[in-house]
Amino acid sequence: MAAIEISCVEVWREISDYLGGEISSELRNRMKAHFEVCKHCTAVLDGMRNVVGLVGDGRLFQTPEGFNKRLYKKIEERR
Amino acid sequence: MPQPQLESTETQLIRRVCGGEPEAFEELVRPYERMVYLTAISILRNQADAEEVAQDAVLKAFSKLSSFRGECKFSTWLVQITYNEARMRLRKDRRNLYESLDEQQEPEGEYRPRDFADWRQIPSELLEENETLQALQNAIDSLSPAYREIVILRDLQNLSTKDVGIILGLSEGAIKTRLHRARLQLRDALAPGIDGSWGKGQSYQKVRPWS
Repeated sequence: MAAIEISCVEVWREISDYLGGEISSELRNRMKAHFEVCKHCTAVLDGMRNVVGLVGDGRLFQTPEGFNKRLYKKIEERR
Repeated sequence: MPQPQLESTETQLIRRVCGGEPEAFEELVRPYERMVYLTAISILRNQADAEEVAQDAVLKAFSKLSSFRGECKFSTWLVQITYNEARMRLRKDRRNLYESLDEQQEPEGEYRPRDFADWRQIPSELLEENETLQALQNAIDSLSPAYREIVILRDLQNLSTKDVGIILGLSEGAIKTRLHRARLQLRDALAPGIDGSWGKGQSYQKVRPWS
């Protein structure tokens, strides 16, 4: 059976949960069918996946040098 | 994911600290020191302030440890203390009054891109470049505070929706909605920069021409 069509607006609303695997299999199938024919939404999906991957890659927002040394010195002073 | 072994080690450490071995506290906090700092900087956006608040939060956790009841994970409790300390600092700091976290409004209506020309995939070769990371950092910095803290807690620190809900005092639905909008804004902010407009210190608003 063909998946019931879904609009771009609905896809944008659900795209984050789609990436996180947090939607029903029925909705997932409808979205999959939509991505196959809609290049705009596919670009958004790919772009968002890239962003999530980049944010989580750990190179962002490093702690300042010596941060942990200073932290443990403070703790030691308090003990 | 639950980590029973880690949690039981933590429980032991907590018991040791409360039972008169304060030196065990360092071991307890060590896995989360970066988490504490990231939480502070997501709100304060200033290295020196974030470090000071991170230290204050850890010391507060030390002095209040006996009141920790294990209703949530230790890390969630620690991040929650940090979050509250950072918010208090922000309120005290008159310079940041214009960006009070309490006055934030949820944007109304459905998210819609205004220019489809900018909807494009970020080419994979760009993802490895430092310039891309810098652009991403600028984009995160220029998000509204409610979105910035969600991105940093969920996508950068990989905390669960449930844990972030506990920390921020929000429903899981609200967390998901904010995260979704924040991710879309980040994607929007990055996609137009592919033509070379990154790396010149543009803010999110400037990178995104239709805002």
